[in-house]
Amino acid sequence: MADPATSKTLCHHCGIACGPGSPRLEDKQFCCEGCKMVYKLLSDHGLRGYYSYNKNPGLNRRSSVREDKFAFLDEEKTAATLLTFQSATESHIRFYLPQIHCSSCLYLLENLRRLDRGILSSRVDFAGRQAFVAFDPRLISLRKVADLLTTIGYEPCISLKDLAGGQPLASREKLYRLGIAGFCFGNIMLLSFPEYLGLSAADTGFRTVFRWTALALSLPVIGYAAQPFFLSAWSAIRKRFLNIDAPIVFALLVTFLRSGYEVLTATGSGYFDSLAGIVFFMLAGRYLQDRTQRRLAFDRDYTAYFPVAVTVIQQGGPVSRTLPEIRNGDTLLIHSGELIPADGIITKGAAAIDYSFVTGESFPVPKETGEMVYAGGRQSDGAIEVLVIREVAQSYLTQLWERQEFRQNMPAEQPGSFTNRLSRSFTWIVMAIAVSAGTYWSLHDPGRTFPSVTAVLIIACPCALLLSATFTNGNILRILAGNGCFLRHAQVIDRVAAATRIVFDKTGTLTESESLEPIYTGTPLSDLEKAAVAATAAQSTHPLSRALSRHLQSAGMAQVHAYREVTGHGIEGSSCGLSVRIGARSFVTGRGEAGSHVPDDATRIYVGIDGRLTGVFDCANHYRPGIRQWIRRLPAGIRLTVLSGDGDNERTRLQELLGPSADLRFNCRPDEKSDHIRALQSHGEIVMMIGDGLNDAAALRQSDAGIALSDATCQFTPASDGILDASRLHLLPAFIKLCRANRRIIKGSFILSILYNLIGLYFAVRGQLSPLIAAILMPASSLSILLVTYGASNLAARRFRL
Amino acid sequence: MSVIFILLPASLLVALAFLCAFIWSVKDHQFDDEFSPPVRILFEDGPVAGDEDPDRVHPNPTTI
Repeated sequence: MADPATSKTLCHHCGIACGPGSPRLEDKQFCCEGCKMVYKLLSDHGLRGYYSYNKNPGLNRRSSVREDKFAFLDEEKTAATLLTFQSATESHIRFYLPQIHCSSCLYLLENLRRLDRGILSSRVDFAGRQAFVAFDPRLISLRKVADLLTTIGYEPCISLKDLAGGQPLASREKLYRLGIAGFCFGNIMLLSFPEYLGLSAADTGFRTVFRWTALALSLPVIGYAAQPFFLSAWSAIRKRFLNIDAPIVFALLVTFLRSGYEVLTATGSGYFDSLAGIVFFMLAGRYLQDRTQRRLAFDRDYTAYFPVAVTVIQQGGPVSRTLPEIRNGDTLLIHSGELIPADGIITKGAAAIDYSFVTGESFPVPKETGEMVYAGGRQSDGAIEVLVIREVAQSYLTQLWERQEFRQNMPAEQPGSFTNRLSRSFTWIVMAIAVSAGTYWSLHDPGRTFPSVTAVLIIACPCALLLSATFTNGNILRILAGNGCFLRHAQVIDRVAAATRIVFDKTGTLTESESLEPIYTGTPLSDLEKAAVAATAAQSTHPLSRALSRHLQSAGMAQVHAYREVTGHGIEGSSCGLSVRIGARSFVTGRGEAGSHVPDDATRIYVGIDGRLTGVFDCANHYRPGIRQWIRRLPAGIRLTVLSGDGDNERTRLQELLGPSADLRFNCRPDEKSDHIRALQSHGEIVMMIGDGLNDAAALRQSDAGIALSDATCQFTPASDGILDASRLHLLPAFIKLCRANRRIIKGSFILSILYNLIGLYFAVRGQLSPLIAAILMPASSLSILLVTYGASNLAARRFRL
Repeated sequence: MSVIFILLPASLLVALAFLCAFIWSVKDHQFDDEFSPPVRILFEDGPVAGDEDPDRVHPNPTTI
């Protein structure tokens, strides 16, 4: 299979381009041994169907997982909390596998029993990305099940929440409400027909029965199905402002009261069908929006981000324990890159704590032995030992999340939001019309006052306006998600559409980190030396170090002591009895380290062992294919900036790729990046940033639309507004155009719904709004808006080739 | 025409029965996953190497 853009062969398993000399099996090519191994495993067990249902369905197996990662599952107590069922012959477990993305995954995971006799059966919940596995504990252990899943590429994400004992069910309430609203709506409509079609006044018996039954059926609608609207409007009113649900609630109440009054005094039939219709359509709209949101990683509870097992230092040595078992006085061993799970004091080692998760600031804070560190920070230097002084309170961690989440995710309460502003002015306009109609009639024909005022309030429903926004946003989010771009919520669409400047990170964003193949020149390294270099490189999260450790894959991960990372210069450590230095030439040779902030070449990694320079790895800056083409396709008027932490040796090449007007800045520290974005924003620019989720957290948060580029959507980043699949970066121009189309579609459907409102208002101000007209107008407007927005957004998607 | 006083409650009862059926099916997890069922029926089962009983059927674990 060749990729048309680069005419390179793609890995049969995962679809990544294969380099020269990549492994083959039968007539298929793979990008690495890992992928080939998975293929062989599946092939041997009759699971070739995996590849026939989808192209390249696999997940890249180049980076291997620590062997003892799931060791804690061997503990009886831990296993007991995770298992959903346990008996002598059978155990059930539910795993969250965020890598599930297609029908091939479904096929493979439901045929797990073919891979191991111990697995009895398995079933997948696709929407929730979960797999339920039943296995025989006498034949296979829980840990081995997790290991098996990891081997085929579906590493389970086990979280604190699972340990605490299960997740709450996905909200079924919405479906219940929808069902009841639909039931009542349909029946009320049927009961209203006789009156519309001319039930003679003589049949008062029938008329009374129908009207009272309609009244009775409207009670569950107001009392149960419409609850979410009431609750939302009430909570906004308590905070002293009107949100978009306020006019709906108002209309519902007025409709219900007037209709009830009419039936009770036998003066009319009421508008129960319109009432039930509004509620039904609004609920349907929200349910559809929810369904699209479910797919997104953002719904994932924050506690899933935290490590589940920590290493505790005990008498006999380091032991793996789960978080809830940590007590005051325990000493934890925190490895480089791991999150600190509890407040404590450093007892050994020097730390550089990255609190980006807590504060958004990813510049590491240096800490010495004896200083305090707080839960949520990430250790970014070598391993340290921490004495726990305050136990992990799950409430603290969730508090952190709620604080962040609350700050960032306030959908309807965004004061500047386009929809909100419109609906607020809508409310005032309707009020004005009602008041003026009422005043007019009270002077000219007092009998028409009450009917006209209430009719105005009933018919002028913003629900069509909201429906159009809800449906369009929901559909656009769904289309974007289907193309690998997951936005946090609908507000982000607006910000992406309004962006005037796009800021790119360089390493890992514009360059590919996955296929960097370092080429070595120098004194050949022995196996021991290679292991030492690989282990030291593995301690760092910098893309170049990751590429290096991947390239030097050795059998096991050696231990590294005295690890130290100097940002912008290099890393050093002791491993396998050798002292290793990797990085810039000046750093490795020890000459002119301080002050020489400009490395001669950011992509040359020098290696020194035991003080002597052994050689250099050349990592060609491998830019993602097609950058030049898709940059040209970006909408006119968008300016580009690149903020890179590397040196500026790539300037000419980048300038040529991005065009002469692009602003390129190098040697940027993380806080300099967010400062620069802040400066741009102070000039009135709306900034969209595309970067690495973890290292650019502060900049992503600062920008108006921060998109984290990712290769595996399990990498949840609270700082970002969206996740973009790295392989779909070339679709960025199409995404932006689609977001801009979103605004146009919503505006168009607003106009359409205003037209309906005007027609209805015409009848309403004259006091002549019959229930029949109301009943026709309401569903007609809702349905037509639905069709128009849905159709228009799908058409737009097709036009941009999404 | 006064038979409608009997027909109306009767038809409402029938409709109510369907509503209850809907609520039951939601409770029964049938609406939790809309993607898998249509895809699942299209999978093919091939023979499994080393397995004496390829059609061995084991109830699926769906307990939450």
